[in-house]
Amino acid sequence: MRAADIVTASFLMVLGGVVLFDAIRLGFGWGTDGPKSGFFPFWLATILLTACGTITVQAVRRKSDKPFVSREQLGPVLKVLWPAAAMVLLIHFIGLYVASALYLGFYMRWAGRHSWISSVLVAVSVPLLTFLVFEKWFLVSLPKGPLEAWLGY
Amino acid sequence: MGIDNIIHGFHVAITPFNLMMAVVGISLGTIIGVLPGLGGANGVAILLPLTFRMPPTSAIILLTSLYWGALFGGAITSVLFNIPGEPWSVATTFDGYPLAKQGKGGQALTAAFSSSFVGALFATVLITFFAPVLAEVALKFGPPEFFAIQLLTFSSFVGLGGGNPLKSLVSIVLGFILAAVGLDIVTGQLRLTFGLTPLMTGFDFIVAVIGLFGIGEILLSVEEGLKFEGAKARINLRVVLDTWKQLGQYWRTFIRSCLIGFWMGFKPGGATPASFMSYSFAKRFSKHSERFGKGELEGVVAPETAAHAAGVAAMLPMLTLGIPGSPTAAVMFGGLIIWGLQPGPLLFKEQPDFVWGLIASMYTGNLIGVIMVLAFVPAFAAILRIPFAILTPFIVVICAVGSYAVHNNMIDIWYMILFGIVGYAFKKLDYPLAPLVLALVLGDMAENALRQSLIMSQGSPLIFFSRPISGVISAVAIFFFVLPAITALRRRRRRTPPQAIADPSGSSSLEVPK
Repeated sequence: MRAADIVTASFLMVLGGVVLFDAIRLGFGWGTDGPKSGFFPFWLATILLTACGTITVQAVRRKSDKPFVSREQLGPVLKVLWPAAAMVLLIHFIGLYVASALYLGFYMRWAGRHSWISSVLVAVSVPLLTFLVFEKWFLVSLPKGPLEAWLGY
Repeated sequence: MGIDNIIHGFHVAITPFNLMMAVVGISLGTIIGVLPGLGGANGVAILLPLTFRMPPTSAIILLTSLYWGALFGGAITSVLFNIPGEPWSVATTFDGYPLAKQGKGGQALTAAFSSSFVGALFATVLITFFAPVLAEVALKFGPPEFFAIQLLTFSSFVGLGGGNPLKSLVSIVLGFILAAVGLDIVTGQLRLTFGLTPLMTGFDFIVAVIGLFGIGEILLSVEEGLKFEGAKARINLRVVLDTWKQLGQYWRTFIRSCLIGFWMGFKPGGATPASFMSYSFAKRFSKHSERFGKGELEGVVAPETAAHAAGVAAMLPMLTLGIPGSPTAAVMFGGLIIWGLQPGPLLFKEQPDFVWGLIASMYTGNLIGVIMVLAFVPAFAAILRIPFAILTPFIVVICAVGSYAVHNNMIDIWYMILFGIVGYAFKKLDYPLAPLVLALVLGDMAENALRQSLIMSQGSPLIFFSRPISGVISAVAIFFFVLPAITALRRRRRRTPPQAIADPSGSSSLEVPK
């Protein structure tokens, strides 16, 4: 936890520095008719830098404790994370419905070792249901790809 | 006058369509409350895009009912599976799960639902009478008062939130910084975009809520290795009636928990500390305090009453002051703006149908809710028997759909993943997420109030202290901000070992471990 604390606080300090830089560019003083654009971000960045600086000092002084994440814990987390990211990437090309069908089916087969039949069944029915609820019932349009275009949507 | 208004409200709330919205909301909400990774805040956020084309009153009834349902759903998983679906139901597991293991799950659930109903009803009655008064007062507020109230909102996270106050502060500031990204509406300048087009629209808090609470929570629960081993519960009319007979003797606990819940819920910080506080008070005042934690019905009654009273009370500042007290209220606040309503004191004058319809729907929604959950507990509990490898991708897909539908923008789904990772890391490192979300929602409003106040005073920050109302509120806010520093100093002076210090109020020392 200690190392993760220091890394996070340092990262946030870099972020604070970036914000501070932009606030100074915009001007943080008094303009012609009130505080300039950079006024609020300037003070936010100052507070962020001070607070994260203190957190870092606190963490450095503290004794090392249990790790942020163990190898056994990280595995399942990444197992959820990277297929999810892959799905989002796929949405760009084949639309949300097909991407989520592939994602559901893949995850069920791969992580859950479900049978082909149930995987395909769930993978098809969930996007179909989403389509009916969003596209048909509530008229909310979601990203579509070649398959939907071929079907005339 | 109050009675006329609420009767008018019932006319709005008891139309077939709005009652249907309440039923749909409660069912979906209970499912959401039962599912890991989906809770009140992100459930409401995901469904928000579906309400864009609805009349605002029906939309808010749907979303608030969803919230009540999520509160009920949290109790089901706590009692039967020992998994608190929501942070405020952690205290319910202490006695609820032991009861379920003894085969008294039906009693525990009946007690939980009935207590929730009592707490919600109490808070709704108070809202019915207090909200118009508070709105009337708030009409006289200017920018300095509103900024002072915002300051108070955030100071209570720092001063009363428990955990590391610096981390609460970082969460708040981070939320404000994210809110500042994009166009500055006062000067028309672009801020913090560094010439990147995707950043120009800024970060939407709905996406942040879905990512932080939805994806972040899923990552946390897979890490802990999900195993649902549930106790079975039988609920029939006889169990319900028998339990109700027993509940009468806990009337003191009910009253105490209602008051704690309303008081804590009205202030930001909310339902979670209220439920813990109520539990520890019930234990302290009970004649059989040794039975607590082993399956005492009163230990279910106390936290559930308080959590629901707090959950309902969180609506009060949102409606009257335009300042949400919890992430869920914040999402609804965002909804109000999207539907073209301006949350705040004027709402009572300009949209009486909406306000009183909403308040009336709190009565009907909770009544429908308690009947529905009592009747369909087995069905809702069965959701957790769905295999994990189906639930996880399903929730991720739902979250992605919700994020995209807010603005029809692909970048939002990427932000959702990003916020999910941030939420996971922040939760593990004890950075509180609620203040981040509130700051992101209130960012523009807070900044404008600050700027307008400073323009009024020609740049002198003393304006927050020279006006009577804002002066008092600012003083309290500053007290909360420095409170952690004071306690730390006193602790050091006394040189007492830190574990010997128990917070007398029991609120901050009992923060959720998760």
